[in-house]
Amino acid sequence: MTGVITMAYLFSAVMFILSLSGLSSQETAQRGNLYGMTGMIVAIAATIASAAVGNYVVVAVAMGIGAVVGIFLAIRVEMTAMPQLVAMLHSFVGLAAVLIGWGGYLAPPEGQTHAMHIIHNVEVYIGIFIGAITLTGSILAFGKLQGMISGRPLTLPGRHWLNLIALIATIVLGVMFVPQHYSESATLYLAIMTMIALLVGIHLVAAIGGADMPVVVSMLNSYSGWAASATGFMLGNDLLIVTGALVGSSGAILSYIMCKGMNRSFISVIAGGFGSDGGAPADDDEGPQGDPTPTNHEEVAAELAQASSVIIVPGFGMAVAHAQMAVSEMTQKLRKQGIEVRFGIHPVAGRLPGHMNVLLAEANVPYDIVMEMDEINEDFPETDVVLVIGANDTVNPDAVERPNSPIAGMPVLEVWKSKRCVVLKRSMGSGYAGVANPLFVKENSRMLFGDAKDSVQEIIKHLP
Amino acid sequence: MKIVVPKELNALEHRVAAVPASVEKLIKLGYEVAVESGAGAEASFTDEAYADSGASVVANVDELYAQGDIVLKVLAPTNDEIAKIQPGATVISFIWPAQNDELLKTLAEKNINTLAIDMVPRISRAQKMDALSSMANIAGYRAVVEAAHHFGRFMTGQITAAGKVPPAKVLVIGAGVAGLAAIGAAKSMGAIVKAFDTRPIVKEQVESMGGEFLTVEIEEDGSASGGYAKEMSKEFIDAEMALFREEAKDVDIVITTALIPGRPAPKLWLADMVETMKEGSVVVDLAGEQGGNCDLTVPGEAVVKHGVTIIGYTNLASRLPTQASTLYATNLVHLMSDLTPGKDGQPNINMDDEVIRGATSVKDGEITFPPPPVEVSAAPAPAAKEPEVPVVVEKKPTPTWQIMAYWLVAGAAMLGLGKVAPADFVAHFTVFVLAIFIGWQVVWNVTHALHTPLMSVTNAISGIVVVGSLLQVSSDNSIVVIMAAIGILVTTINIAGGFFVTHRMLKMFRK
Repeated sequence: MTGVITMAYLFSAVMFILSLSGLSSQETAQRGNLYGMTGMIVAIAATIASAAVGNYVVVAVAMGIGAVVGIFLAIRVEMTAMPQLVAMLHSFVGLAAVLIGWGGYLAPPEGQTHAMHIIHNVEVYIGIFIGAITLTGSILAFGKLQGMISGRPLTLPGRHWLNLIALIATIVLGVMFVPQHYSESATLYLAIMTMIALLVGIHLVAAIGGADMPVVVSMLNSYSGWAASATGFMLGNDLLIVTGALVGSSGAILSYIMCKGMNRSFISVIAGGFGSDGGAPADDDEGPQGDPTPTNHEEVAAELAQASSVIIVPGFGMAVAHAQMAVSEMTQKLRKQGIEVRFGIHPVAGRLPGHMNVLLAEANVPYDIVMEMDEINEDFPETDVVLVIGANDTVNPDAVERPNSPIAGMPVLEVWKSKRCVVLKRSMGSGYAGVANPLFVKENSRMLFGDAKDSVQEIIKHLP
Repeated sequence: MKIVVPKELNALEHRVAAVPASVEKLIKLGYEVAVESGAGAEASFTDEAYADSGASVVANVDELYAQGDIVLKVLAPTNDEIAKIQPGATVISFIWPAQNDELLKTLAEKNINTLAIDMVPRISRAQKMDALSSMANIAGYRAVVEAAHHFGRFMTGQITAAGKVPPAKVLVIGAGVAGLAAIGAAKSMGAIVKAFDTRPIVKEQVESMGGEFLTVEIEEDGSASGGYAKEMSKEFIDAEMALFREEAKDVDIVITTALIPGRPAPKLWLADMVETMKEGSVVVDLAGEQGGNCDLTVPGEAVVKHGVTIIGYTNLASRLPTQASTLYATNLVHLMSDLTPGKDGQPNINMDDEVIRGATSVKDGEITFPPPPVEVSAAPAPAAKEPEVPVVVEKKPTPTWQIMAYWLVAGAAMLGLGKVAPADFVAHFTVFVLAIFIGWQVVWNVTHALHTPLMSVTNAISGIVVVGSLLQVSSDNSIVVIMAAIGILVTTINIAGGFFVTHRMLKMFRK
């Protein structure tokens, strides 16, 4: 029987790998998701069928409720709220890892040698630590993304020292806990460590600004994977180890891509303290001089109608205004007139890696006209009209043109090289980085103030 | 208030200050519009078209002027015309106040408010009313058309059954608006285009239009404020002339557009250069009105000297009358729109508005020219020149020995771990490390557009920790059972939610 279960687990692991590789293109992605589901069903079925699992009533009730809640959430969630959902789901993995770790401590496997016992305790300890950080970190990220908690970074005095003290305390407690068997002092050590880890999770994410959330969410994604791996080590279960490693490296890669998109090191993002709710522009006496030139819907519509190529650059503002449907309608109208319309997506646009792509897909924009930054950056000089919808820092010319700018060196979409750049924006406020944007006063830039959705709908009305 | 648009009297002037489309917009601003019968005839706009767009068509000029509170014109009004304009009315046209003292005095005496469209400051906000640029654009295009007309060969190179045809070589001197338009037009006709300008910053613009930017060895920046050029030093001009003499032997068509504000046009294409040019070559001089850039230019005419056709037409924009009228009329509408903030047909000559202040040359019987200088926002002050630091600092590749050292340390650590750890752990660890490498390879292949589905699907599969909870749910310890049940519950939410939301998202991606 053990052999059968092991093979079932192996099959599941293969399915999960195929699931991720399916995501390499849109054509195979749905199949990939089915592979993932198959792998999961096989793994769960095999586990339940194994001799170790009884208590079927509890299992059935818990899984039944869980499945209903999960599917309900998945059906109800709006695509603009995907980041929150993902953050919330991460916290569940963290919670499960903490619970399983405690379970492993309270009911250790029998017949262990001393070395095995040490290793088991180390695994329990690490699993709970990572799980607890993931749990509270994700809950806080959820709160920030949902707008329940201010996106402003919390900067406690000496916060790096606080983290360091917490880490040292964790290691000391670990050294005291590991050699012990079940006892009151061991339980106490483990409980204190769990509390510390929960607080560290809160503190880590609280210190990170609202728009660094793509990095935080992918980082937590990574943590949830490592938590699963640690659990796998504790239970001696290869499937958990493999899956956790897959998820962990996936999250790590996403974090890396996001950091590169902002030209910041992973450490500086995690150390936090950067960015805000998007408040007042930073005092900058070298800021752009000159007045922005406002325009109106009619003029933009006329320019679009006369253009032969148009690039739309969406940012988080489009998600906030729920403008994706209107943008899609405008795109269809322009494409019908034979105008080439494409989208340029910055890697860190939105609050989740790839968030803009999902929003545009939801609004029926064909994915083959949605381009990555590197694919489209060369084409701006030959483009007649660029519409910037709710993006700011990702199109800031200072990143390229002013070496002493706070965002210098960040890769940006070079929209100002086009013949006409129309910026849809609510006000002249600065972006999340708090840096003024000289794009708005460039000669070929026009500002269209107002809510993005209303503006786009007005433009559609004036299109021929 | 009533806007009137008379027919232009100058025989060479084919443009008109309002077109049917602009009349509609003026009416939307609250004005009545009257057009002289036949005003748009030479620009292909019929009286019927004006009437259809809401203007009244008046046959008698005197009657027209008698109604007019605002007169829109192209050229500055002549004395005869001024006599007909009502005192207290406003006239908007090209005025060139710096060169026309007498005209200003006459207008002031008669208390005619005068707005010179040529004096609109060159700032970003006023671009939409910059008639100089819109006319220069047309003149540049027309210059190439005139050159092609007088040039006895193809512009583009061809290989035909009857032999190979080389492309024409065009040299454009002065890469302002007109020069750039000429570069673009000549390039799109297939010619090889070179351009020269004293301002090095226009190099990119020249190249973006498809021209080759010529330079001299001497470094000197000829940029003056407002996007114009200034006069250059003697050394620079000598080097420039040497360059032109070299080019003269080679090029077929020369288009000169060099102007320095408030001065006669600089002589750049000298008689000896014309002599060395090939028979049948063409010189188009856009500076004819200011005396010409070429020694041999006869303003207003096309002449042949030393076998080279030299075109000095002063009305190039007017030779494309429909286009020029449309753009000029649009410039005027934008100016009127700024003059009429209330859209109520009541113009307000607001002297605090720097654009209107700049254009206004006579107001309430007073000459208000010249206006105070305007801060040009487009170009940052040259004093703020930034150190030329390359933005991206090249990262040194990590030396191989360092990478080797990392792996040696990692290897040693693994050996050490292997020595103390039980065999069981080593087996799991093997799986773990290999799985990380697989994950690394697989995830790098995921397309950027699917990163959100990637997150939700990895989220779902990290719900595999449910296996852990399942294995604990049958424990003897009731606390462990409760914890395991909670674990199963939340991970199942994760699994079901993650897979379904991924499914929902992926269904949306379509071509």
